[in-house]
Amino acid sequence: MRSQPGSLKTNAKAALADPVLKAAMAKLKTGFRSKRAIAVDRLPEFDALRDRGQAMKNHVLANLDFYLEQFAARVEEQGGGVHWCRTAGEARQAVLDICRGQGAKMVTKGKSMISEEIGLNDWLIKHGIETVETDLGEYIIQLRHEAPSHIIAPAIHVNRHQVADAFRAAHTDLDAARPLDEPRQLLDEARAMLRQKFLAADVGITGANFLVAENGATAIVTNEGNGDLTQILPKAHIVLASLEKIVPTMADAATVMRLLARSATGQEATSYVTFSAGPRRPDDKDGPKAFHVVLLDNGRSAMLGGPFQDMLRCIRCAACINHCPVYGAVGGHAYGSVYCGPMGSVLSPALGGLAEWAEMPNASTLCGRCEIVCPMRIPLPRMLRHWRTREFERHLTPLPVRAGLAAWGFLATRPTLYHLAMRLAMPVLAWFAKGRGRLADLPLAGGWTASRDLPAPEGETFQAAWARRKRR
Amino acid sequence: MSAKAAILDGIRRAHGRGPLAQPPQPLPAAAIPARARDSGPAAVARFCAMAEEASAQLVRLASLAELPGAVKAEIARQKLDPAVALAPDPALIELDWTGLAVRRGPARPDDMVGVVQAFAGVAETGSLVLLSGPRSPTSLNFLPDLHIVALEAKKIVGGFEEAFAKIEREAGGMPRTVNLITGPSRTGDIEQTILMGAHGPRRLVVALIGDA
Ligand code: SF4
Repeated sequence: MRSQPGSLKTNAKAALADPVLKAAMAKLKTGFRSKRAIAVDRLPEFDALRDRGQAMKNHVLANLDFYLEQFAARVEEQGGGVHWCRTAGEARQAVLDICRGQGAKMVTKGKSMISEEIGLNDWLIKHGIETVETDLGEYIIQLRHEAPSHIIAPAIHVNRHQVADAFRAAHTDLDAARPLDEPRQLLDEARAMLRQKFLAADVGITGANFLVAENGATAIVTNEGNGDLTQILPKAHIVLASLEKIVPTMADAATVMRLLARSATGQEATSYVTFSAGPRRPDDKDGPKAFHVVLLDNGRSAMLGGPFQDMLRCIRCAACINHCPVYGAVGGHAYGSVYCGPMGSVLSPALGGLAEWAEMPNASTLCGRCEIVCPMRIPLPRMLRHWRTREFERHLTPLPVRAGLAAWGFLATRPTLYHLAMRLAMPVLAWFAKGRGRLADLPLAGGWTASRDLPAPEGETFQAAWARRKRR
Repeated sequence: MSAKAAILDGIRRAHGRGPLAQPPQPLPAAAIPARARDSGPAAVARFCAMAEEASAQLVRLASLAELPGAVKAEIARQKLDPAVALAPDPALIELDWTGLAVRRGPARPDDMVGVVQAFAGVAETGSLVLLSGPRSPTSLNFLPDLHIVALEAKKIVGGFEEAFAKIEREAGGMPRTVNLITGPSRTGDIEQTILMGAHGPRRLVVALIGDA
């Protein structure tokens, strides 16, 4: 699940100094955000759909055991296999076993965050299976040996020149002098290279945006068509999905489709929504001969019935990420987890443990924009606060911060002492500011004054000023 | 305990209950947005507007017999070789394809033009509904550069729900693959700029046959 080593604080510092990232983040506003706003405005029933999506997913989560069994039975009736996996390790092994059973030398992959979560690529490659990402963004970051920095736009942090460099380094058979300045040239080159891979692959692996319990269909929602070529051409199709992707019926899938396309890319509909159920039928002329669903838990069932259950409604649209001011400043890699932004800061500690991901819930201003745009009405700020409380209770907060907060708490709950302390402190601070009205640095407040000045008190407390005016 | 039993058991424990004694009461049907409830000419009009907005190219034909002519015209316009990969659909095969090299069956890597017939159209988004089966191999929808889809106007439904119900009713349930296709393939993965023709067809032509 880790996208980058190092602490969030140091990563964020480095990210803030990256001009390419800054340019990419500036585009978020005109791109994803405004497109979403326009698309949402065009559908008067959008809020009603959100209510429905929320109610539907709550119903699924309350009855998840039932719907999972129903889904699995439908897949098996149609000749598919279902592999239940408790952990990332079990899921990796299940995929490897299927690939070996097919004698696979090469697999192509559609975009899947579950694959990123369980580190599937490295595992397959380590076991001698060539593994090729085919979503353009995923392909770019695979060539650059990076993790995604956004859940639906994995290469958002990369500019076209860096893509060209990656292609020149990887596609050494091509004329070194070819022009690669334009996005179109880059896309055409990737299209040609990946066509060969689609045709040569033994197994295709895709994710799933939803699993339909009533008929055992799995669905992918995409724009490029790579997920389709990945699943139709090889002899086996593996769907990698987590438990909570279940929807009861096709009509419920329609609700999610309407919410997802608008919230993610601001489209009325993505170019392709593909439902696949089982292997090819006896008189089909193409399609995979084997079909497997690898169902991953990896900590999700343990979230049920607790304060983080609501997070399992997430449809991975990335609206919360696109609207987050912190993400917009530091990008996705700084978080250190493949799940970044507000959704990642709630989900990563739930899946990977708070000890490992204690910093993430702090990477938020709690401004609440994420909850406002979330199509599934997930109370992200409330859950971030919940993690912060737990972090504090579990003594995962650094000692100086704890000591400072404890001292503050002691003072703030004793009004007389507080007033006395403030009356003493104000003139001292005013003296420090030497009449400039601001403090360029202050002991114990280096975190604040490193990047901006602290406005200095004028020498009198608010209480004192209030009392003085009242007397007048 | 198997992984399956352990996961199901974990879910039940988290909810503080055992297995459900009976299936859960399904939720009442969801309200369908107004724009997904069109029918007849209104549905056709919305389908056309939405498909064009999604960068599909629209050609209106009086009857299916005019399809080969439209395919030839499009191939000439794009300056492609006069060859098509045709879905092995009796209604398409029996048309007069004189002047075009026609091969029936699933797509091959070097096919430039694929011609298929849609099962339905969805007005709310201008989407085509294509079902896998002996008459319409799925590879034809993704390998060729130019994807030409014949759609009878009377097969256009208002919204997704209706399209799914139609699959149950008229196609006898789910085939292996249901493709909902809205415009040509595209990507925004290079500097958030939308480009057409990512991995699937670079162009999508909808040949709309007849009236509602
Ligand atoms: S938390 Fe909400 S806004 Fe964020 S990705 Fe999930 S569904 Fe989308």
